[in-house]
Amino acid sequence: MVHVPTERLTVKIAGEVWGFDPAAHFDTKRIAMLDRVSQFAVVASREAVAQSGLDFTVNGIGERTATIIGTAVGGMNTVDESYRKLYGENGQRVHPFTIPRFMSNAPTSHITMEHGLTGPAYTIASACASATHAIGHAYQLVRGGVVDAAVTGGAEATLTVGTMKGWEAMRVMSADCCRPFSKNRNGMVLGEGAAVFVLESLESAHARGAEILAEIIGVGMTADARDITTPDVNGAARAMSAALADARLNPEDVQYINAHGTGTAANDATETQAIHQAFGFHARRLAVSSSKSMHGHALGAAGALELLATMEALRRGVVPPTINLSEPDPACDLDYVPNTARDQSIQVALSNSFAFGGLNGVLAVAKMERH
Amino acid sequence: MTDVKQGVLEIIAAKADLDVADLSETAKLADLNISSLDVVEIIFALEEKFDIQIPFNANNAKVEFGAVSDVVRAVETLLRERAGDN
Repeated sequence: MVHVPTERLTVKIAGEVWGFDPAAHFDTKRIAMLDRVSQFAVVASREAVAQSGLDFTVNGIGERTATIIGTAVGGMNTVDESYRKLYGENGQRVHPFTIPRFMSNAPTSHITMEHGLTGPAYTIASACASATHAIGHAYQLVRGGVVDAAVTGGAEATLTVGTMKGWEAMRVMSADCCRPFSKNRNGMVLGEGAAVFVLESLESAHARGAEILAEIIGVGMTADARDITTPDVNGAARAMSAALADARLNPEDVQYINAHGTGTAANDATETQAIHQAFGFHARRLAVSSSKSMHGHALGAAGALELLATMEALRRGVVPPTINLSEPDPACDLDYVPNTARDQSIQVALSNSFAFGGLNGVLAVAKMERH
Repeated sequence: MTDVKQGVLEIIAAKADLDVADLSETAKLADLNISSLDVVEIIFALEEKFDIQIPFNANNAKVEFGAVSDVVRAVETLLRERAGDN
């Protein structure tokens, strides 16, 4: 890591966003109000809204658009900095924007202000499933006709000494690299970032001649109701089955799963079993990969970054690999697209997110054929 | 029993909800109804008590800490290494 002092850390690596210059995106006054997580969220939303071609400020569109962003933690850099001053330096006061910077709805609120989105807006916090829940929920709002469009995704920026110490104490981190599904895997590597999408109905997108990147066709959400940290086969399998049912898919219709694939001993074996349970004999025909092997685990943003990877796999016909997979594990017996991206045309894919707390979300996404 | 061993056993016994006298060094942690999260808490308590750093990773915990005696040995080794450093 280059942004986080590592002298006191055992785990010194993370998928940091490098070269992000807030001043290139915001004026000084605005930066003072934006934690790094909100900066990521707003910049990603600008890219998404620009690409969508929608102007939310005309014809009341903004009023009929939801803003649902997933964030596991919120403005952790702000919290860390204020506590360092208060406790570490015996300071007497913290910055007056401490509260509006760290509140977990800040990324969502700043996106609404940025684009004039005055419909329903809130942050969804479900740890590592936050973004997948946010996108799934936004999808349901659009599908149900509650809103005409949604700006949705996830944002996270929790790489600080304090949070790294917390993760180290859980003893689930790798000190060298993330090796999902490999027998020699030794834990997760954190990441950070944001990804934002603009959702609208297929009819509306067709009517205005928009470039459609992919079609979200279903969502599955479940709770394990068992253990606060240990993943559960049934909860994960039920979430995948629920996504298939919601999308009216049979297991055989799916070609690719972007796995939660954290690189911990527990997740990867459990997720593999869950895929077997949900897909039966078809499990062995699936391509399953963890893009976390490359960008790390971005917690509340993970599902958004991974939906992006999944969509690009559909659009380009290239399945992202699971890198660092060097040793087969009998407990992980699927096709994990080891180490090298694969040219493969896929029509339907799932994106899995399984959170601490036993909260699971799965999105089903279909390739959009050009009409 | 050395003070170190006694200290380690007390911490494990507390998590296993046992009297120290009833804690066998050959007992497997899993058989003592000690979950993986309990192990992480035990490690934390040991590090705080003995001012050591235990290089423990839950992803290969079964290999490193199977039995109570494994934990005792690990703490003794770390304390010996620290004494050697000084």
